[in-house]
Amino acid sequence: MDFSFLSQPAFSGGGTYLDWVFVGIKWTVLVSLCAWVIAFTVGSVLGVLRTTPLRWANGLASAYVELFRNIPLLVHMFIWYFVMPEIVPSALGTWMKQGMPMPEFWSAVFALGFYTASRVAEQVRSGIQSIPKGQTNAALATGLTLPQTYRHVLLPMGYRIVIPPLTSEFLTIFKNSSVALTIGVLELTAQARTISEYTFRTFEIFTLATVVYVLITLLVTVAMQVVEKRLRVPGYIGTGK
Amino acid sequence: MKYLARCLVALAATALFTGPAAAAELTGTLKKIKDTGVIKIGHRDASVPFSYLDDKQKPIGYGVDICLKIADKIKAELKMPNLKVEFVPVTSQTRIPILTGGNIDIECGSTTNSVERQKQVDFAPTYFVTGTKIIVKKSSGIKGYDDLKGKTVVFTQGTTNERAMKAYNDAKKLDIKFIPSKDHAESFLAVQTGRAAAFPMDDILLYGLKAGAKNPDDFVVVGEFLSDDPYAIMMRRDDPAFKKVVDDAVKGIYKSGEINKIYTKWFQSKIPPKGINLNFPMSDGLKEAIKNPNNTGVGPCGKMKC
Repeated sequence: MDFSFLSQPAFSGGGTYLDWVFVGIKWTVLVSLCAWVIAFTVGSVLGVLRTTPLRWANGLASAYVELFRNIPLLVHMFIWYFVMPEIVPSALGTWMKQGMPMPEFWSAVFALGFYTASRVAEQVRSGIQSIPKGQTNAALATGLTLPQTYRHVLLPMGYRIVIPPLTSEFLTIFKNSSVALTIGVLELTAQARTISEYTFRTFEIFTLATVVYVLITLLVTVAMQVVEKRLRVPGYIGTGK
Repeated sequence: MKYLARCLVALAATALFTGPAAAAELTGTLKKIKDTGVIKIGHRDASVPFSYLDDKQKPIGYGVDICLKIADKIKAELKMPNLKVEFVPVTSQTRIPILTGGNIDIECGSTTNSVERQKQVDFAPTYFVTGTKIIVKKSSGIKGYDDLKGKTVVFTQGTTNERAMKAYNDAKKLDIKFIPSKDHAESFLAVQTGRAAAFPMDDILLYGLKAGAKNPDDFVVVGEFLSDDPYAIMMRRDDPAFKKVVDDAVKGIYKSGEINKIYTKWFQSKIPPKGINLNFPMSDGLKEAIKNPNNTGVGPCGKMKC
């Protein structure tokens, strides 16, 4: 393996191939973090809705989850990028295609965010449902309203319980962000492919990309472990060590 | 133990008698084809009319026809009339790694023979000559490359046209915003939906895409040639025995004039799936390439210096 090509000047746009790799890392991280914000907020709301006694909210959230998690991510990307601008009013559609800055970036963020939201929702739901029913009843009996029960009893515990699966989901979003290359986001995998096209150093560049993905995900894992440790409730799960 | 010893002797004998003899006759790809009984042809899905899928998802096209002739020649050469022909789909990006990795033996698509690629693969004699132009919406009023200043241009990743367009952009400081896409159909979709103003591609492929559009008259192919792109069939490098068979097959159909029949079938007649006729007469460049078969490649930046 010979990595010297990384310091060579790139074919177009100035800079070296190593700069292209950094641009790729930048977009991978940006797409993933922005999508995670959407996934976490929307997913939390949906997860809560699925556990409430309100039937319509329950049905709505269930419908969302089943619809979004059963469509391949690649199709999500295509729908947001190619189909969305055609079905909204034509002035808005034209703006989405030509006026909006970085259309492929935002399409990727929305696609990845709303797709992952359906998975986060399921985890938040399972976290809440794993809390013994007695706690809800006790909270309501002490005079707390339903929102107060969620805010002070169910959610603080529920979130803590699902930190490990949420960590996996957070890692997955970094890896899934590579699908964004199909709609033209120049993230890490896309850059690796382009560089391999220009330099024919396929094995080297994909080895480098692999290492970078592993480093990013390790960093996330470590960070989430810290979060887990700080938030854990003594005597509850995940405190065995 | 006795059984094992006998096996070893038998193995050694087989190696002694068949091994060296076969190796002396056949090496590389020919040997691989003979051993596996399969010749693997790489094809494209949307390179009309060179290599694409018809409505039954079967690979067809000008390049595919020529490759089938090559397959016939290989069958004759190896005296294996029952050799199986297997089609493997490839894309602009995967074609070279798949070929060098050994999953296809020849690639029949719309691959430009470039000096850069010659470092990786070998090419059969040129079988088509085209060049980079752009397709735009007629209503956009774009007449040439300089009208693209500050606009968005979509390109298919891994094509020589990408390089030619970027080199032109750098040289003329047009400040074009580039968006990559994974195949020609998707790139053209970006132009159709107005996401990109232009799509640089080999002109013949642009005519093919235009002909397949819902309203072909809405689109127009404009510009001078940004690069000259000679198309050729790809095979692995440093395999002279195989290259000779392929070259001979191609030269054979040039010499016999059979190429004219194949050309007319794909460029001047109605072709599947929609029964359109490209009406694209044979260019002087191609006539010359047929008269004097060669595999000269194109430089890295089209007609721009780099």
